[in-house]
Amino acid sequence: MMISFRALVRKDILLFLVDRRALLMSFAVPIAIGSFFGYVLGGSGNQADASKIAILAVDQDHSAISAEIVKRLSAEKALDVKPSTPLEARVAVRKGSATVAVIIPKNFGQEAGDAFFGPRQKPEIGVLFDPSHSAERAMVTGILAGDVMQAVSKEMFTGQSGRDMVKNSLAQVEQSQGLAPEDKKPLEDLLRSVDRWDRQRDQGGDGGSRGLSMPYTTHEEAVTAHENAQYNGYAHAFAGMVVQFVLFLGIDVGIGLLQQRQRGLWKRFRAAPLSRGVLLGSRAVSASILAFVVVLVNFLFARLIFGVRVDGSMLGFLGVSAAFALMTAGFGMLVAAIGKTPEATRGLAIFAVLIVVMLGGAWIPMFLFPQWLQKLTLVMPTRWAMDGLEAMTWRGLGLEAALAPMAVLLLFAVAFGGLAVARFHWEAEG
Amino acid sequence: MEKAILQVDSLKKSYGTLVAVNGVSLSAGAGEIVGLLGPNGAGKTTTVSMIAGLLRPDSGSVQIEGRPLASDTDPIKRRIGLVPQDLALFDELTAQANLQLFAALYDLDGAAAQRAMDAALDLVGLADRAQERVKNYSGGMKRRLNLAAALLHDPQILLLDEPTVGVDPQSRNAIFDNLEVLKSRGKTLVYTTHYMEEAERLCDRVIIIDHGQVVANDTLQGLYRLLPVTNLLAVELDNGQDAIQLNELQALAGVRSAKLEAGTLRVGVQDLATETPRVLQWLVERGHLYRNVASERADLETVFLTLTGRSLRDA
Repeated sequence: MMISFRALVRKDILLFLVDRRALLMSFAVPIAIGSFFGYVLGGSGNQADASKIAILAVDQDHSAISAEIVKRLSAEKALDVKPSTPLEARVAVRKGSATVAVIIPKNFGQEAGDAFFGPRQKPEIGVLFDPSHSAERAMVTGILAGDVMQAVSKEMFTGQSGRDMVKNSLAQVEQSQGLAPEDKKPLEDLLRSVDRWDRQRDQGGDGGSRGLSMPYTTHEEAVTAHENAQYNGYAHAFAGMVVQFVLFLGIDVGIGLLQQRQRGLWKRFRAAPLSRGVLLGSRAVSASILAFVVVLVNFLFARLIFGVRVDGSMLGFLGVSAAFALMTAGFGMLVAAIGKTPEATRGLAIFAVLIVVMLGGAWIPMFLFPQWLQKLTLVMPTRWAMDGLEAMTWRGLGLEAALAPMAVLLLFAVAFGGLAVARFHWEAEG
Repeated sequence: MEKAILQVDSLKKSYGTLVAVNGVSLSAGAGEIVGLLGPNGAGKTTTVSMIAGLLRPDSGSVQIEGRPLASDTDPIKRRIGLVPQDLALFDELTAQANLQLFAALYDLDGAAAQRAMDAALDLVGLADRAQERVKNYSGGMKRRLNLAAALLHDPQILLLDEPTVGVDPQSRNAIFDNLEVLKSRGKTLVYTTHYMEEAERLCDRVIIIDHGQVVANDTLQGLYRLLPVTNLLAVELDNGQDAIQLNELQALAGVRSAKLEAGTLRVGVQDLATETPRVLQWLVERGHLYRNVASERADLETVFLTLTGRSLRDA
């Protein structure tokens, strides 16, 4: 019995190794797509070459304030700022070649200064944005708010136009008949203090320009496996692609069985004195071995080329990989049990895999899903595979974090396998 | 006949409302080739599948050397070799790798497997091509390898389900030679086909099957005896010679049937030597000129036509 079991397993592995398409789909394609997505998702932690948000800055004011705003925007690491005209900026955003355009209108500096100290009409900064990039729009307006506040306050408190404005404002307040005495006095004191501070700075030779600044700084730290470990975008991308293409391998397992039935091979196997357990079990074992090896080889490539490390438990990583491989084998058996013909089954199975892969977070990170969908995806084996692989790689969690994904994947493996055995068409059609 | 190696009694198998096999019985002894002859869809493959244990019959029984086939793992299955109608081979693997796998299905490995493979490849004449991938084989070579794969465990009974479909005459003859060798070694062969020529050439007995039922089961001679005539006189008439009084011709002594079709008169006679001059003289006397005269022997096609009212090829 063992001779036939071993021979059947060996046959499946041999067939896989001589099948160029299978090799391509299991190794070359996931590696290529994983590499691309990994790069797009931030690469191996070095953010220097990460993609910046393309911004067009239109300065119609040409004041010290507007120039300062553009200068500050240009200094932001996340932004790629280029000067433009209103018309060009609109066309560029519409075409998608720029994500956001910031238009600083004429007299912005003057009007912003006026509005800074008094109840004047506030000038508008135009923000044109690509509606498909609303997240980037929110980010740019946030940065812009800080830069405008700092540029205007700097000019108001230390720049020449600010000084002129303080003097003018003081004169206006002094001459004002409409202000209540209890308001007028403090405002005059404030403006005189600012004027006096300006003159003292001139005499003291402290020419450094100041103004309001953000009352805090941030210390940013990516929380990863350990202190020196950096987030590696390739870890997520490879996990996603491995999950997807290993499931495609599962489809091939099922389709292979259907093809064997179609080509009369199943009759030859069934004519031999072999139990159903040997016939299906050998297929499940060979599929599990192949799936496990595909996971390992893909991650080995990611380790060698992109530095993706198993920063968590190696045992947990192997456990999750093995459980996922078993689940894949069960899935393949189910495909064979439910399918009628290879041709009809392949299309449906691919559709099903793409759905579960998408909902499992293999393409785009789970946090982008709505909350309700994130909860719903807990019924997807792919979600558990992704969580398990990510936990053991860049998140660097311990074996305990792998136990739940392993258990769920094994549960799916048993369910799929059981259903496959129950539904399998044992009898060869006459 | 010696004790039956294979005994099949009243096999029945239905798929929903379709009755695929309806009460098929047969027996075959050592060194005997039994043909299952019938058109496509007659129930031949279903019958073979039940004998091989691939299908469970709704009723009836199959006994191999006096024992019923009990389960998937019944060792009695080792006594059966199945040659499926399809080319049940892995094209991507070499012939050797294919045979290694199929030998292992019967727990053969190592030297025993190698001996079995050598013998099987030798029989079918593929010993020198064993290391080639099957996908590079011709259709005839694949058919021969398909046969070899069923011989590795040295089965007593060989079930051959249309084993020559799609092969050239040369390869077909090679396969026939292989089967005759196996017969001479005392093997029991059940051979399904819808080619009457194959059944006539190979089979000791022919079971004609149609719509899942056995319509005849006899030796070739026995089947021919079922026919009203065993010889046909084919007379090709000159153009315009179609106003023949067939009733009058049929009234002649020794003439059993007469049919005019596309300018050829076919006259069924019991004794060709005595009836031929009489028929020709009758034609001449009535001014019917003819260009050619030939005799045709009744064949299994005629038997099938006689028994079912349909042509084997058209069924």
